[in-house]
Amino acid sequence: MIGVVATINGQARELAAGITLEALLRELDVAGNAVAIAVNQRVVPRARFGVHAIGEGDAVEIIQAVAGG
Amino acid sequence: MSPDTPLKIGAYELTSRLIVGTGKYPSLEVMQLAHEASGAKMITVAIRRIGLDGANGKTMLDYIDRRRFRILPNTAGCRTAKDAVLTAQLARELLGTDLIKLEVIGDAETLYPDTVETIEAARELVADGFTVLPYIIDDPTACKRLEEVGCAAVMPLGAPIGSGLGICNPYSIRIIRERSGVPVIVDAGVGTASDAAIAMELGADAVLMNTGIAAASDPVAMALAMRLAVEAGRTAYLAGRMEKRLYANASSPMTDLIGTPR
Repeated sequence: MIGVVATINGQARELAAGITLEALLRELDVAGNAVAIAVNQRVVPRARFGVHAIGEGDAVEIIQAVAGG
Repeated sequence: MSPDTPLKIGAYELTSRLIVGTGKYPSLEVMQLAHEASGAKMITVAIRRIGLDGANGKTMLDYIDRRRFRILPNTAGCRTAKDAVLTAQLARELLGTDLIKLEVIGDAETLYPDTVETIEAARELVADGFTVLPYIIDDPTACKRLEEVGCAAVMPLGAPIGSGLGICNPYSIRIIRERSGVPVIVDAGVGTASDAAIAMELGADAVLMNTGIAAASDPVAMALAMRLAVEAGRTAYLAGRMEKRLYANASSPMTDLIGTPR
């Protein structure tokens, strides 16, 4: 199977073709409700994690809330 | 004496005029106790990338009771309007809030804000429906510009972030307050209780602080001190202080003293 190369939080990663954001989070062992995601500078609503597939060359940012002032 | 009115920021009302952070505490348990002692109703968090090495356990959200505290996410660390806007949008999606503490940094050592980028980001975020609270230099003109683009409050610094130097330019804070049509929240610089009281006596509507509490030897005790100082300063402001005079003015009668001729 031919994969896709996408940038996840600044790191280039090879992923399975057609992988959704939900599947990526599962692979990373991250709970969907603890993060928000932008793909190519646009926020993807949580309700769409299960259907949004990551494409070749996509820049994916996955964020969480951390300590700060 | 009439009771104080709640602080209104956009559509939100706060019964505490102290806003506190979540950074730099010796432990999350101490942080929770300090939040409790501060009486604050609004708590700031930062937004960062998750690690990709599988070490993602609990997040900061597990340590804040959202039934009792409103969360104010920030864009701390962003250097451009573009990054700040996307960070705010991600924060809104994550937390389900339109509140954002807008911070666009212009210089790594002083952490002074980039005024041009801050105003640009504020404009975009207001248009996108956010309730924007911008961290900004203690400059009345910059504050006015931010008010004009629709910010719900302005947050001039008292001193550089994390410096604990206090309110370095009280006259600016006073001028900003006198000319602002939106709440003025002094953000950054408060090092101890008297700094918080001074900010409030100058007319600030609220104070936002993190390091002043978190870096104290006893953060929980300092949180209480800050709560009392904010209340004392606010009450003194509302009470209206006496005028300053150069010479003494006796509090006791100057007549009928013993040993004086009648």
